[in-house]
Amino acid sequence: MRKKMTVIKRLGKLLAVPLLMGTMIAAPSYADNAMVEKGKKVAFDRKKGNCLACHMIADGTLPGNQGPALIAMKARFPDPAVLKAQISNPLEKNPNSIMPPFGLHNILSEEEIDAIVEYLLTL
Amino acid sequence: MKKLLLTVTAVAIGMTGVGLYASPETDQAAFVNYFTKKFPDTPKEDFVNGVYSIDAASREQWIEIEEFPPYELAIDAGEEEWNTAFANGKGYVDCFGEPGVRGNYPYWDESRKEVITLELAINECREANGEKPLKYKRGKIADISAYMAYASRGEPINVEIPNDEALAAYERGKEFYYRKRGQLNFSCFDCHGGGAGNLVRADKLSPAYGHTSHFPVYRSKWGGMGTLHRRFGGCNGQVRAKSFKAQGPEYRELEYFLTYMSNGLDYNGPGARK
Repeated sequence: MRKKMTVIKRLGKLLAVPLLMGTMIAAPSYADNAMVEKGKKVAFDRKKGNCLACHMIADGTLPGNQGPALIAMKARFPDPAVLKAQISNPLEKNPNSIMPPFGLHNILSEEEIDAIVEYLLTL
Repeated sequence: MKKLLLTVTAVAIGMTGVGLYASPETDQAAFVNYFTKKFPDTPKEDFVNGVYSIDAASREQWIEIEEFPPYELAIDAGEEEWNTAFANGKGYVDCFGEPGVRGNYPYWDESRKEVITLELAINECREANGEKPLKYKRGKIADISAYMAYASRGEPINVEIPNDEALAAYERGKEFYYRKRGQLNFSCFDCHGGGAGNLVRADKLSPAYGHTSHFPVYRSKWGGMGTLHRRFGGCNGQVRAKSFKAQGPEYRELEYFLTYMSNGLDYNGPGARK
């Protein structure tokens, strides 16, 4: 199982660029999705997710560079649950992570995190 | 086999011991090494200039600001205050001898068993002479501190840790520095060590090495002067932690640790910051 996951991950990396292009093409069909819109709003809100403080996001201005650019998210996180866990409590994977534990510390509600995950997977 | 296991365990315990009781000298060498390696183009003595030591673009603006420094009024006000006698006829000169003593602080007071900072000493001087203590974050205390810092420019930072009790205070300051805190879960080092040089939105994070050399500062964001402990409180607030009391033991011990990390650099306050 573990081996299979690794292969999928590698495949994911290889496919990152074509997949990214794929999601860009697919993006308009997500645009009117209320959940995605809500997720974007929460992600950009300085008092909420404030993701741009540290991450580059396609149509955000003045992004920070503390964390990696949020691109090819579907390829990098084929399992949305892994992405959700990373936002909820990044300390689980890396206890020294500088990323705030948005769920663990109640910075965002579970509903807001779910919306952000939906939005991020369109990137 | 059993004997070998014992030996291995003993060696392991011994090694852990070394790790646990790293001396302040070793800490500082590692700290300096971390920043000089991370920013190889910055001359060591330039770290007293904070973010401007690692960011050419904002450095230019800062040099222009320094031509008519915004902290000048504070130095003048501080000088006037220094030269104004207390109601009992005495003055700061009777406590400090001369204004250029920034380099003597912070220090460990052996009889009181606590860290004494310049701002604390200023207020204790006032109270010893029957004057009311000043508020610690801004205003008159920042003026006097600015005047004294200005008179002390070029003095070396040379914080000493004379005994085990002082060492314990240093260790508490160090623990404070590296502990994650607040709803956002940042340690001081997260942003100003590992994150130094990175951007948070459009702001570049300054390196911790040299951080206490230039206080008090005129900060554009404040639109005025503030002391080091005002800044500590602001930082804690930004990570959504409860800030501690200015000149309480936590911030004084943090100042003790953080200033020790800059030993060997020169005091260059007051400063001007974004």
